[in-house]
Amino acid sequence: MAILVDNETRLVVQGITGREGKFHTGRMLESGTNVVAGVTPGKGGQEYEGIPIFNTMEEAVKETGANASVIFVPAALCADAIFEALDFDISTVCCITEGVPVHDMMKVTNHMRIKDATLIGPNCPGVLSPGKANVSIMPDSIFTPGNVGVVSRSGTLTYQIVNELTQRGLGQTTAVGIGGDPIIGTDFIEILKQFEEDPETECAVMLGEIGGNAEQNAAEYVQSEMTKPVVAYIAGFTAPEGKTMGHAGAIVSGGESTAEAKSEALRRAGIRAATNPSEVAELVAEALNESS
Amino acid sequence: MDLYEYQGKELLRQFGIETLEGTVAESPEEAKKAAEQFGGTVAVKAQVLTGGRGKAGGIKVVQEPADAEEAARQILGMDIKGHEVRQVLVEAGAAIASEMYLSITVDRAEKKPLILFSTEGGVDIEEVAENKPEALVKIYVDPLLGLLPYEVRELTFGAGLEGDVAKGVGKTLQNLYTAFTESDASLVEINPLVATEDGRVLALDAKVTVDNSSLFRHQNIAELHDVEAADPEEQRALEAGLQYVKLDGDVGILGNGAGLVMSTLDVVANAGGEPANFCDVGGGADAEKISEALDIVTSNKQVKSVLFNIFGGITRGDEVARGLLSALERSEITLPIVVRLDGTNAEEGRQILSENTPENVYTEETMLEAAERAVELAHNGRG
Repeated sequence: MAILVDNETRLVVQGITGREGKFHTGRMLESGTNVVAGVTPGKGGQEYEGIPIFNTMEEAVKETGANASVIFVPAALCADAIFEALDFDISTVCCITEGVPVHDMMKVTNHMRIKDATLIGPNCPGVLSPGKANVSIMPDSIFTPGNVGVVSRSGTLTYQIVNELTQRGLGQTTAVGIGGDPIIGTDFIEILKQFEEDPETECAVMLGEIGGNAEQNAAEYVQSEMTKPVVAYIAGFTAPEGKTMGHAGAIVSGGESTAEAKSEALRRAGIRAATNPSEVAELVAEALNESS
Repeated sequence: MDLYEYQGKELLRQFGIETLEGTVAESPEEAKKAAEQFGGTVAVKAQVLTGGRGKAGGIKVVQEPADAEEAARQILGMDIKGHEVRQVLVEAGAAIASEMYLSITVDRAEKKPLILFSTEGGVDIEEVAENKPEALVKIYVDPLLGLLPYEVRELTFGAGLEGDVAKGVGKTLQNLYTAFTESDASLVEINPLVATEDGRVLALDAKVTVDNSSLFRHQNIAELHDVEAADPEEQRALEAGLQYVKLDGDVGILGNGAGLVMSTLDVVANAGGEPANFCDVGGGADAEKISEALDIVTSNKQVKSVLFNIFGGITRGDEVARGLLSALERSEITLPIVVRLDGTNAEEGRQILSENTPENVYTEETMLEAAERAVELAHNGRG
């Protein structure tokens, strides 16, 4: 088992004819992902790498039975692309694009409340279930199948830690990059909940950073609802107040948004919080030993 | 992107919010002229993109135009939390009956606009929230429906407002919500919002932050960006498409990916060093971008050593190594540079580096070792 994407995934790439769309479609295919369709308005009827391209999501879903989408369209057009995917019953939508306006995302995420679907991102690396499906821009080669679930607000930090897990022989069920923006489709809690329910996942890794209080909310959830061990790491202890550290959502604005406050909340909730990224794999090994 | 008070007020006026009459002055003489125009009491206010200017002495209320000149002389050139005051706003006076607080922000957890209102104005709203929570009205707005009339009533009745003030605050709130959505703001704050003795409701201050990601559809706001007020290195990085934040230490830091770089800063601090900056060069191994980033990081004279932390993902380690070498060939950096290369083809990358690197480049395998080395080299460089 895995979460969000697996062997059943029938993927449509929204924005398949753009530079990023093309490049990553090729990579997702190489990882064995079942890419069934592409959508680019005006390019319907064409093909890319043998994959049929449609003008609309309606056609793409009707013709191919797609159930997941990954979005590479420019930031200004992302909200529209997400609405379109949701309206044609795509159950997992992954928006990779960075720079989607916050007000657009408020509209999208509030619309999600009446939809039975999961939106991952925007500004995220996507979702990868090793050996099953790669709906992401993550480097497939550093992953290996196993029983650790990874959820993160950052891309390269995830690669760093997944690589160390793999080197230690600790494979992964699924890695989910939830995105570095202030307003994202899915927070830590929903992903942790899926890891808790996934029979194959035995330990979850949560990689947070400064900004907002999603880590504190997740800590509460872990303490009250989760039986599986959770290992966490927070980045940004040295970040100054009021400065955006690369990710639009990574900004210290007092109180709960600091790395100290987050790490403190995690430790209070009994979560193993690493003090540097390299400690994560060690703590995961320790947690798995204890629980077995 | 933060707006100056006078820019924020101009924006709010476009949406029908009342403010006092004001003129921006860049010299004491201009301030005097503006004060003469208004007559009577005026306020001379420092225009800086940071809070706490009142406490720093950046706001002075004077009775005579000549005093406005003197006040402006004192305020102009002042340093408020590292921001040099280059402009003052000279504003007409008003007979104030009461001070209130009104703001709209983006609530990240609820994913909705959050309205905060209090009849306690002109003070730190976080203190009100802590010490007198009953004086604070909070309303979450559904962004798909917009602000509903009943929500406005909830606020005015909830706060116990009456008569003209209730009407004025209600109207201001509606206008502020429109300004918030139409400008793609992430914060609009009026503190204080005042009721005058003749029953008008005015914004005495304005703090507006516009979402950077939305600037493509707000050309008029994007143009307000003050290049001169920006840190020169940060401005250069912005133009080069790099994410850069200047800090106080002496270990220059670059890497690929915001999370990894943030974490590198922390590891350097844990190793006893002080990061000089945050610099995310993004994906890829584009030699030109790497060399521009290295130039920006080392143009900060405080920097004594550089830590370059790369995780090869889709871009393989050998490509990164070649990009770095070609970047180093173009630059004249003599500072010690510690390179830590991990991920896809990292070994090949390190091999390439060890065979070809100039004397000032050191390679390390792990983040911790690299951080320790960079910190040690920075200490040596302090002499």
